Amino acid sequence: MSELFYDAAPNATRVAPARETERRYPDKPAEVSLFGTCVVDLFFPEAGLDAIRLLEQQGVRVHFPQQQSCCGQPAWTSGYREEARAVALAQLDLLDDGRPVVVPSGSCAGMFRHHYRELFAEEPDNLRRAEELAERTFELTEFLLKVCKVQLVDRGEKHKIALHTSCTARREMNTHLHARELLAQLDNVERIDHDHESECCGFGGTFSVRMPDISGAMVLDKTTALRESGAAEAISADCGCLMNINGVLEKQQQTFRGRHLASFLWERCGGEQ
Amino acid sequence: MNQRIPVTELTSDFKGRAREALADSQLRSNFRTAMDSLMRKRADAFSDEDEREGLRELGNHIRARSLSNLPDLLEQLETRLTANGIKVHWAETVEEANEIVHGLIEAHDGRQVVKGKSMVSEEMEMNDYLADRDIECLESDMGEYIVQLDNEKPSHIIMPAIHKNARQVSALFNEKLGEHVSEDVDELIQTGRRILRRKFLEADVGVSGVNFAIAETGTLLLVENEGNGRMSTTSPPVHIAVTGIEKVVSNLRDVVPLVSLLTRSALGQPITTYVNLISGPRKPDELDGPEEVHLVLLDNGRTGAFTDAQMRQTLNCIRCGACMNHCPVYTRVGGHTYGEVYPGPIGKIVTPHMVGLDQVPDHPSASSLCGACGEVCPVKIPIPELLQRLRQENVQAPGHEPVSVKGAGSKYSRKERLMWRAWVMLNTRPAFYKLFLWGATRFRALAPKKAGPWTENHSAPVPAARSLHDLARDHLKNSDILGEKS
Repeated sequence: MSELFYDAAPNATRVAPARETERRYPDKPAEVSLFGTCVVDLFFPEAGLDAIRLLEQQGVRVHFPQQQSCCGQPAWTSGYREEARAVALAQLDLLDDGRPVVVPSGSCAGMFRHHYRELFAEEPDNLRRAEELAERTFELTEFLLKVCKVQLVDRGEKHKIALHTSCTARREMNTHLHARELLAQLDNVERIDHDHESECCGFGGTFSVRMPDISGAMVLDKTTALRESGAAEAISADCGCLMNINGVLEKQQQTFRGRHLASFLWERCGGEQ
Repeated sequence: MNQRIPVTELTSDFKGRAREALADSQLRSNFRTAMDSLMRKRADAFSDEDEREGLRELGNHIRARSLSNLPDLLEQLETRLTANGIKVHWAETVEEANEIVHGLIEAHDGRQVVKGKSMVSEEMEMNDYLADRDIECLESDMGEYIVQLDNEKPSHIIMPAIHKNARQVSALFNEKLGEHVSEDVDELIQTGRRILRRKFLEADVGVSGVNFAIAETGTLLLVENEGNGRMSTTSPPVHIAVTGIEKVVSNLRDVVPLVSLLTRSALGQPITTYVNLISGPRKPDELDGPEEVHLVLLDNGRTGAFTDAQMRQTLNCIRCGACMNHCPVYTRVGGHTYGEVYPGPIGKIVTPHMVGLDQVPDHPSASSLCGACGEVCPVKIPIPELLQRLRQENVQAPGHEPVSVKGAGSKYSRKERLMWRAWVMLNTRPAFYKLFLWGATRFRALAPKKAGPWTENHSAPVPAARSLHDLARDHLKNSDILGEKS
């Protein structure tokens, strides 16, 4: 693998993603469903809308099932298995039409791809449906790069960004290289490594409220590393991390912010291609 | 050596200790520096990814196979060790293990014990047990020696004194040993070495741990870098090894990849300076070695983990410490915060079987589930998955059957359960959910400025003016591509 794919920052762990069998990607489908995720729905809706626009730009018809809510992850990671299962079942029923599902978050996509089968392990019918959903679930960057084989045309000014990759994108979805590749397609964008780039931002869902001191120490280190990287802004493909990172930056009254990759890409490459 | 409450245990709960550790900038910097260096060393030692992943896969298979034959392997181990002249003792609890060790020392009128590094002896709190019976048990691993001198516990399973820097060690030596030592690391080590040399010669009994117990040949394998392991196991007339029952493997072929995984994951070493293969006491024609060798095999809750297919994976552990070195939580709070023998990610999943989940109720939650630990584990223990399992066990209602982890249900809260039930209602009834979105976006100006612990570090999140549900519906209605009808 090329230098591009390694965290070259001092003290970075330089670990490649966990090896899964290389995922096989289908040809570009005519239509997909977007699962927006609850955090995007309420706090970063523009990121979801920009994801829709990017997909449409690729000639893919996007459906947004209006019955969707949350993937169930908050309860799952808190140990409330039954509660997580109930919410997961609602999404499983909703997304049962066989259409590919695109998720603008590594964390929620990881829930569909890996944890639904744990939730339904003892229910053969639902397990089969969960496995089928896992097969056609794609994280947004993965879908753009591997399924749409997107060729981005950068229309923006010279710009420096730092990329924060969520731990679920890195370790569950194996998509942490995809955002890098997409950004590398942008001629005028320079991606700058930041200190301890591969380290968690400290969000971890309910971890951030159960262990606010530890989570706080982690996110303070992360925001400092991002700010000191020399980048003008931070880009991430996960709004959980962004809510964490931006919440701290706002409290510190910094002007530096993080933005979802979909919004960044749409701003620079939007419109007709 | 009789005062034994480490300062760090004065704060009784995990969160309190974490707060104290986080406020200690020296401690934070000591850990960050050390863990960064260890991560770099491991990465350099595994520069070939394919080789690394192949080896990890092999390591996992060897451990899983060994555990699947555990009862047979233990029986074979006992037979072969006995044939080699090593006496085998079985202990279900730490009390039994201590009684056995004490009995053996008493039988030889032992008063001085010198110990190589052993985490199982930490489980047993052997030093304290023996001290209460007027037997001095001196740690001979430099890191262990330092923490013992300062009345502390190890803060890392491989590097017990990693929480201290050279300046702090120098100050400790000056205070406790009454001689002037500079902050030069070599001088510090030479000072400790001089004292320990004398002890190796004087000791009546040597105690050590075991990295792998090999069933086929009846061999105890011990890796180390300071030579103290070899001195402790050969110089005194009696050697007592203590280990957990899970450390057994079939044969020497199994050991080669496991040792490579262990030393590279722990310190980035291709191999340790010393690899001791102990296969019996001194034979009549031999010039050195102990006259007696004993092995104490400790259960201490391991059988409990063994009987649960998922939690059995905790017994794969070869105690390399890589999960600690790569853990963003451990790096920030240090080992003492965990308040138990085994800190860090592996500690969170092995400790409940030893002491009960109710004794460590906050441990499973003290993780962002980032997965760094699972990614580096040389034997591929799915640590995040097991933490997740413990979280489920932790919130079981009282009376839940079967109890698969000792002390389960210690975080059960009716209030929290009800809150999650409400969350289910909201997320399974689209009309409720949409009403919630409508209210949250429409009355966003009324969003609370304080949101519990969240607003300690963050500003309160303010909902957007319109939800994605709204924006997507309008967008898809207006675009030439048809959206879903809601």
